Amino acid sequence: MFDFSNFLNLPLIFGCVVALAIFMYVFLDGFDLGIGILFPFAPSDECRSKMMNSVAPFWDGNETWLVMGGAALFAAFPLAYSIIMPAFYIPIIMMLLGLIFRGVAFEFRFKTESKKEQKIWDYSFHFGSLIATFFQGILLGGFIQGIKVENKVFTGGTWDWFNGFSMMTGIALTFGYALIGSAWLIMKTHDKTQKWARSAAFYLLFIVAFFIILTSVWTPFLNDKIFIRWFMEPNIYYLLIIPILTLLTFVSLFKSLIDKKETKPFLMVICLFVLCYFGLAVSLFPYAVPYQLLFGEAAAASTSLSFLFVGVALILPIILCYTCFSYHVFRGKSSHEHMY
Amino acid sequence: MFFDPILLARIQFAFTISFHIIFPAFTIGLAGYLSCVEALYLKTKNPIYKEIYKFWIKIFAIIFGMGVVSGVVLSYQIGTNWSGFSYKTGNVLGPLLGFEVLTAFFLEASFLGIMLFGWNRVSDKLHFVSTVIVAIGTLISAFWILAANSWMHTPQGYFITDGIFYPSNWLEIIFNPSFLYRFSHMVVATYLTTAFVVCGVSAWFLWRKKSTEHAKVMFKMALFFIAIFIPLQIFIGDLQGLNTLKYQPVKVAAMEGIWETEKGAALTVFGIPDEKSESTKYAIKIPKLASLILTHDAEGEIRGLKSWAKEDRPPVVPIFFAFRVMIGIGFAMLLTAVVALILNFRKKLFDVKWFQFWCMLMTPSGFIALLAGWFVTEIGRQPFLVYGLLRTKDVASVISYEQVLFSLVSFVLVYFVIFGAATFYILRLIGKGVGKIG
Repeated sequence: MFDFSNFLNLPLIFGCVVALAIFMYVFLDGFDLGIGILFPFAPSDECRSKMMNSVAPFWDGNETWLVMGGAALFAAFPLAYSIIMPAFYIPIIMMLLGLIFRGVAFEFRFKTESKKEQKIWDYSFHFGSLIATFFQGILLGGFIQGIKVENKVFTGGTWDWFNGFSMMTGIALTFGYALIGSAWLIMKTHDKTQKWARSAAFYLLFIVAFFIILTSVWTPFLNDKIFIRWFMEPNIYYLLIIPILTLLTFVSLFKSLIDKKETKPFLMVICLFVLCYFGLAVSLFPYAVPYQLLFGEAAAASTSLSFLFVGVALILPIILCYTCFSYHVFRGKSSHEHMY
Repeated sequence: MFFDPILLARIQFAFTISFHIIFPAFTIGLAGYLSCVEALYLKTKNPIYKEIYKFWIKIFAIIFGMGVVSGVVLSYQIGTNWSGFSYKTGNVLGPLLGFEVLTAFFLEASFLGIMLFGWNRVSDKLHFVSTVIVAIGTLISAFWILAANSWMHTPQGYFITDGIFYPSNWLEIIFNPSFLYRFSHMVVATYLTTAFVVCGVSAWFLWRKKSTEHAKVMFKMALFFIAIFIPLQIFIGDLQGLNTLKYQPVKVAAMEGIWETEKGAALTVFGIPDEKSESTKYAIKIPKLASLILTHDAEGEIRGLKSWAKEDRPPVVPIFFAFRVMIGIGFAMLLTAVVALILNFRKKLFDVKWFQFWCMLMTPSGFIALLAGWFVTEIGRQPFLVYGLLRTKDVASVISYEQVLFSLVSFVLVYFVIFGAATFYILRLIGKGVGKIG
């Protein structure tokens, strides 16, 4: 029976693993869902087919990071998992329902034989993506605000997550995913679709900037702990780098759109997501369940973490390799034709 | 009280997981079948195999997608509705599910993309490798989930402190007493399920004289698989029965509707178990046969349901009937194989209309048997989630019944709509027949 807890801080490592899995999900499924959100605004059905084809080989693998996040949370922090899941019952169910409609739309849209039939799955794809994203945003907002816990059990109410801040984060995430979706399309399409994606990205850039500022200003006022962490000296001098880098990223993104660069916008949006994620981590560290349970308290047994650690350390790099390989196979611009 | 949140949570889990299992039941087998077909194509260069591949891959994509979206639901449902269970068993079951995601899900998902969309972008060999990798991925997935599920039936390698389960030996946890039987029984079940679908669809093609050339190839392949797997399945099933008798005897008693402990127990072919009177009414029995089958000894002792306290017994009626459905279908499958062998020997395999009709009827048989078997094993474990150690009713999430009612109704509605659409598209694809390429 192996136990690495003597020389590895396993809860910290797994905190990073869960955070990584969630980040991978957000940026990978972010552009899949973003494309769904943008779907009805595309100039033509042919554009829509190109949009879908650009992500069709990847959506399944991308969504798997969501399963990874949930499984990693369950395995590494079962106490946190057992509290967070019921705390956000309705948003999670709504997200799952949205993901169902988004997922099947990929398969069914390719099989349709009339424009009318295709429209059904266009709606399924769009609204599924929209609902899944919005409720993910709500979950985020609720999580930042904190969860009521007593005696290791969730004791809050059914609607704790339903408030202004969560609605705002829901909308913010929707625009955020739309932005990364448009950046992906700039990379993977050309002509009419790319032109439209680029103009969408321009608008979205400013909207997302607005929401990032709003969230950043609002969050410290939600909880004294966060306020102190950000604004106390000398923290504020170190943490100032995050807003500065964010501003620089926005400027760089804007410039890359003006210069009609193809890959740079996508990379810049990823940087933006990383910075926002970092900001969140600063606010929430070291809570597994804000603001009641530290991740050390919520962690699984060290023997469980050790066993899983072997798996994660060996297999995660392999996963990243073949995922990159898969993206490499489908490099280049997407077409609008049926592919199988 | 119908609006008991725990009952609603149970119904929801039973519904969502029954729904979900139908899809891997098909994709595990179909991925294996597609690997064989593509291997034959690469070896013989006969376009007929590529055409068969391209026919089934469209159906495979739909089923796989349904499996993914219904599977994501389950991974979160353990937390949303069974938080007590998540917390108490997370140390043991969490890593197993974590390994399933790491070693199987990512593998299947990534290479599925190449399988579906990569024809013109990778070499034929690499495409074949992708198909095989997906097939292996599905088996790895089955390995981990059956290890986790089997542990819930025959737990070992753990210790309990303050009501929380802790692992003490991972090999014992994974290779728990019932695992190998349940894993092999399930995998063979999925191959049989797929074989009967391929068999039924190609029977329909023969019946309608559509895509006849392909139909003959598929029909023969499917029946060949069936002829090998059904006897194997019956053998594995028997071994599993012996294992269940050893570790979960109350389940066997419920399966057989045996209330009194007895030696040389009779097999109740049919009857209606009655929990109130603790007897099986209108029983049609064959003397000594239950003992003979279950213990391989005509005078073997079978413990009756009454020897357990009422609160430790599972619901008898669903288990009793589901078991008979599964066994009945098993024998129908065996009959199919026997008839196929005879017809093949007589060189009339493709010419007998009533056999084609029979095969068409048998198309969903694997799914029904599989579901029935799962009902037997899972309901048979009740009232426990971890057999003998953790009761289902004690570990549900403490949430309002309105929430669970909302999610239950939503899932039922959405699943029926989506499943209806999937069935419609699959039937339409089948109706088109196998397309020609060259």
